[in-house]
Amino acid sequence: MNKDRKIRIVLAKPGLDGHDRGAKLLARIFMEAGMEVIYTGLRQTPEMIVATARQEDADVIGLSSLSGVHNYFFPRVMELLKEKSMDDVLVVGGGIIPDEDIVGLKKAGIAAIFGPGTPTTEIVEFIRANVRK
Amino acid sequence: MFDKDALKKIKTAQDEWEKQILDKALVREKERKAVFTSISGEPIERLYTPLDVSDFDYNDQLGYPGGYPFTRGVQPTMYRGRFWTMRQYAGFGSARESNARYRYLLEQGQTGLSVAFDLPTQAGYDSDHPLSMGEVGKVGVAIDYIGDMRVLFDKIPLDKVTTSMTINAPATVLLAMYLAIADEQGISYEKLGGTVQNDILKEITVRGQYIYPPQPSMKLTVDLIEYCFKNVPRWNSISISGYHIREAGSTAAQEAAFTIADGIAYVQACVERGLTVDKFAPRLSFFFNAFTNVVEEVAKFRAARRVWAKIMQERFGAKDPRSLMLRFHVQTGGVTLTAQQPLNNIIRVTLQAYAAALGGCQSLHTNSYDEALCLPTEQAVTVALRTQQIVAEESGAADSIDPLAGSYMVEALTDKIEKQINDYLEKIDRMGGTLKAIEENYIQKEIQQSSYRFQKEIETGERVYVGINKYTMEEPPPANLLKVDMKVGEMENEKLRKVRAARDAKKWGKALENLKQVSVAGQNVMPAVIEAVKAEATIGEICNVWREVYGEYKPKQSF
Repeated sequence: MNKDRKIRIVLAKPGLDGHDRGAKLLARIFMEAGMEVIYTGLRQTPEMIVATARQEDADVIGLSSLSGVHNYFFPRVMELLKEKSMDDVLVVGGGIIPDEDIVGLKKAGIAAIFGPGTPTTEIVEFIRANVRK
Repeated sequence: MFDKDALKKIKTAQDEWEKQILDKALVREKERKAVFTSISGEPIERLYTPLDVSDFDYNDQLGYPGGYPFTRGVQPTMYRGRFWTMRQYAGFGSARESNARYRYLLEQGQTGLSVAFDLPTQAGYDSDHPLSMGEVGKVGVAIDYIGDMRVLFDKIPLDKVTTSMTINAPATVLLAMYLAIADEQGISYEKLGGTVQNDILKEITVRGQYIYPPQPSMKLTVDLIEYCFKNVPRWNSISISGYHIREAGSTAAQEAAFTIADGIAYVQACVERGLTVDKFAPRLSFFFNAFTNVVEEVAKFRAARRVWAKIMQERFGAKDPRSLMLRFHVQTGGVTLTAQQPLNNIIRVTLQAYAAALGGCQSLHTNSYDEALCLPTEQAVTVALRTQQIVAEESGAADSIDPLAGSYMVEALTDKIEKQINDYLEKIDRMGGTLKAIEENYIQKEIQQSSYRFQKEIETGERVYVGINKYTMEEPPPANLLKVDMKVGEMENEKLRKVRAARDAKKWGKALENLKQVSVAGQNVMPAVIEAVKAEATIGEICNVWREVYGEYKPKQSF
């Protein structure tokens, strides 16, 4: 990856969940951290999210869910990325996600899950350290 | 409250105190911070005195409970007559599971029902729609058609409870189902009491459960309001909501201001429909948040009541005192709960419930301590309900009306928030009204700015949040979390397949065709919706009629 190129991140709200305070806040934090941010808005299917990531040549996908559907949507996004040979895209998630679900999500390929109360600096650092180089 | 001479003496004494006592104390030990601010970021003074409320006029600004400008409360006896309605928002899984939870809550002394619908229902999709995948029965109960509603209220007589339904874009459909069930139970509409949220503007600004563009959405909202005051006279036909505005990150003053701005838009729309303000305004209700800073919240509730009474009287010429009353439900602040050390949330909820009681709410939902982790378990819901029962029965908050009135700080903050609300309303008026301000993302951006400020304060440690940036500790992973059975989705799909096959196709087709014609013609849709739900049309089928007629809303993104 070109060193001068900014990290491109697609922030997405899968499903029908309308809680986007966190997603919008992070959009601003990532921009201030020098990243290019594409926020999909609400009501995204996994197909829509992956299509946006492809179109935007995203390095990172951030998935946000507070309605309890992460176990369905997050792994499905990973499957689709694999199908499209986009598995070098770093995928992270956040929202209301019980600890016991995190193991399964990581196994599916989600690099990290950030729960309520995580300092945003920690998320920015994680992305910088783990994004494809 | 004080004459000039008295104020002069107070000022002299205060100057003296500062010089002789305070300054020396500050030399010995500095204060914890240079500037103290509330959770809304508002500066808070060291001391409030009569000088901070020097032009205070008791009769003008406070008056008496049940009388203009209602600062002290909307009822003459408030909780000395009866407590606020204890109403826990609940619902998950199938209609049968939720019915069991409601009956449990009623047995435990809850006095009103509050139905949480799952997201497909809120967004007007059937359980078998592709976007419903994984969401069915998750954050609320799945209702697809009248049969589900029948099960939801099984053995709950609709004339004995009041029911609040958190439903907005498809509010007409769920109310129609409720009315149809009342018909089946043989209960006349005059005996029904309850609320539908029916507040589409805050869905567009902050909550996200919209379907149609703002204009036709407002049309459906007004249809419901009009139908209710003519046919269901005890029904609160809208609950104008600041709760979600606050959850999205606003300050206390912004919460009140943007909610009242939405309220003005609804009243305006009803007046433009040709409705007489004193006919529909008594059934308008409000819904606010309560955060942990008790005094700021109490000031917000009092200021909101005063502002609304003035607007209704001066702007809309309302005469009936009931039209001037800002009656409101409160939910404690979901976003204030922490996933870390979750039992601490019980204390937060207690303070918030106390603020709601001191602020004169009409009904209250107290959050469960585990809600930053999962949907509430039965144990957590019980503690939450007991919390408000303790506030009601033991704290004394319910024994005297508006007990914080006359506190220099409370009155000064009430005045200040009133001014902040009015400043926002003026600005929104100058922009061309609420819909315009929403369209230009003004309201959304103001809220996001506050949300950002708060997050920065937490991350710099400027604002302490217990368990988040101070007093943190290692904890074992939380146990006993509520799990919703993923099978609910499959069961609902199977049910829908059977319903569609078994219903009277001719009656169903005719009802939907009629709904379409009525909608295109711009008539009030309510009677046609009732006919359609009785013909076992599903929520998705009904909402699709309007998707076709009105189109779907696609917001501009801003952050």
